[in-house]
Amino acid sequence: MAALLEVNNLKKYFKNPGGTLHAVEDVSFTLDYGKTLGVVGESGCGKTTLGRTIIHLIEKTEGTITFEGKDISDPSPKELRQLREEMQIIFQDPYSSLNPRMSVSEAIMEPLRVQGKLSKAEIRAEVRKLMDTVGLAERFENAYPHELDGGRRQRIGVARALALNPKFIVCDEPVSALDVSIQAQIINLMLDLQEALGLAYMFVTHDLSVVKYISDDIMVMYLGNMVEKSPSDELFSHPLHPYTKALLSAIPVPDVHNQPDRIIMQGELTSPINPKPGCRFMARCQYASPECEEPQELVEHSPGHFVACCHYKELLPQQ
Amino acid sequence: MNDNMNDNILEIRDLVVEYRTDEAIIHAVNGVNLVVKRGETLGLVGETGAGKTTIAKSILRILPTPPSKICGGEIVFDGEDLMQKSESAMRKIRGEKIAMIFQDPMTALNPIERIGAQISEAIAQHNKIKRYEAENRASDMLEMVGIPMERYNEYPHQFSGGMKQRVVIAMALACNPTLLIADEPTTALDVTIQAQVLEIMQSLKERLGTSVIMITHDLGVVANCCSSVAVIYAGEIVEYGSAVQVFDFPTHPYTIGLFGSLPKLNSTEPRLKPITGLMPDPANLPTGCSFYERCPDAKEQCSGSKPAMVEIEAGHFVKCFRDGGGE
Repeated sequence: MAALLEVNNLKKYFKNPGGTLHAVEDVSFTLDYGKTLGVVGESGCGKTTLGRTIIHLIEKTEGTITFEGKDISDPSPKELRQLREEMQIIFQDPYSSLNPRMSVSEAIMEPLRVQGKLSKAEIRAEVRKLMDTVGLAERFENAYPHELDGGRRQRIGVARALALNPKFIVCDEPVSALDVSIQAQIINLMLDLQEALGLAYMFVTHDLSVVKYISDDIMVMYLGNMVEKSPSDELFSHPLHPYTKALLSAIPVPDVHNQPDRIIMQGELTSPINPKPGCRFMARCQYASPECEEPQELVEHSPGHFVACCHYKELLPQQ
Repeated sequence: MNDNMNDNILEIRDLVVEYRTDEAIIHAVNGVNLVVKRGETLGLVGETGAGKTTIAKSILRILPTPPSKICGGEIVFDGEDLMQKSESAMRKIRGEKIAMIFQDPMTALNPIERIGAQISEAIAQHNKIKRYEAENRASDMLEMVGIPMERYNEYPHQFSGGMKQRVVIAMALACNPTLLIADEPTTALDVTIQAQVLEIMQSLKERLGTSVIMITHDLGVVANCCSSVAVIYAGEIVEYGSAVQVFDFPTHPYTIGLFGSLPKLNSTEPRLKPITGLMPDPANLPTGCSFYERCPDAKEQCSGSKPAMVEIEAGHFVKCFRDGGGE
């Protein structure tokens, strides 16, 4: 079976008074049915833009997107409407992504109403079913978002995304705004739903321990570039790119005895406006050399493990 | 928790804070006892709404009154009860003896004042020195947190989030305070920047000998930099001990639940073990243990009365009937 989603050389630029902002630069990947791709990186690395470009919330600059074997790079309005049923998104902030004037049932009903295929009674039954699926008690049906806590609001967001039976959901930091105990509830819910409904997720987050937990593959982004992509366990056990290594070492570990040796990166993200052609991590990289000013090729180090760094071989642990 | 007075920079005894609104009385802090030893970093861990920030603001007496009311308790700082101090005496203490870093560096700075001026203001306020001396001290502080002096005259919007938080740290440490209260100092930052900021805080703390209260919801941050930990739930401390005791032998069911909720990097378990349910409404707290409804080990006894704090080993305190809180 072909992959569910195939993205090739996707680029998204924004025109700015100061120049062109390269938010997503030449990103390619495939995602299989029922799998999860984690996308990690710091704020401003283009991970949210990537997710939104794929589901056509914003228009790409260049590249192709294939969904279920069909080219959806430039959909007609009619095709796009059809696509919306197949691809959905869960937003980061359950406080601002819900209409405060819509009750819980109205919010969940909205996608079904817009779709216009079901009768009123069928819609009502469907809403009940969705609320049950995401663990919202029936008594909240007429409640408004301000009456609910963050965890319950995010359940509404999940229910809305599920309403039209999509195959693919972009999850844009769905648990970052929640407390740890609530975060765990939502993550478990998403894993259960994936198992039951065969959903594929693109899970965008900056929280590396969450992404390891939920993903099959992980893509590391830095300033719009994909610098490394690998199966989840492999990435954590054998990170290759210097940025990935620094990122992994910065994760706070809840263990008082085994604190990792942290690689403290100097400086911060450089500007994505009119970037130079070479490695964008160069300014913060301790291994930077003149070769890094050349464009970096994505190399397959081991099956499924890609890295874009000309020095990665020298940095491998000595056998 | 009763050590020799002089070893403790801060002792909070039976602190009770309420917020009074027309509809309800919100019980934000319910009888908190806490001790910060000289030179140590105490981690105060809990979820949103547990009362962490209310405790911090009570120490500095910067809670807006009304609606808040400190209903009882003592806050003894360096041998003196802050509750008895006059407002002008408190003004001397704030910033000079006790400083605070607020959660969100984007809103903690004045957007229309140059950052150098914002730092030197605090120094000039507390020291009888000439303006240029205060400015020199301010630019030294900036260098100390790794911001080049050339940026002294820039405005907050010209800085990134991590740099703004460093400016806030420089401001807080400008008068060399004895106690620093850091309220979620890295929550708004990326992990890589968080690592930078925590390292700066750690090295400055060692250099200046400051005692720190680190308020956070991130157990990873606590493991990284705290020597003792207090876990707070619904306005009560439910577990207190050294970091090693709490991390190696988490004992209160809530603490155990917090650890179970964290996705671990080396875990192979297919599902997390979250705590079910939600924190009780602080306007309507149960009569018994406040964790009763979410507790997997709840017994009948737990709904009727509150357990007492018990010392289960030297320096490790737990508030639970299971560990003898009823005796």
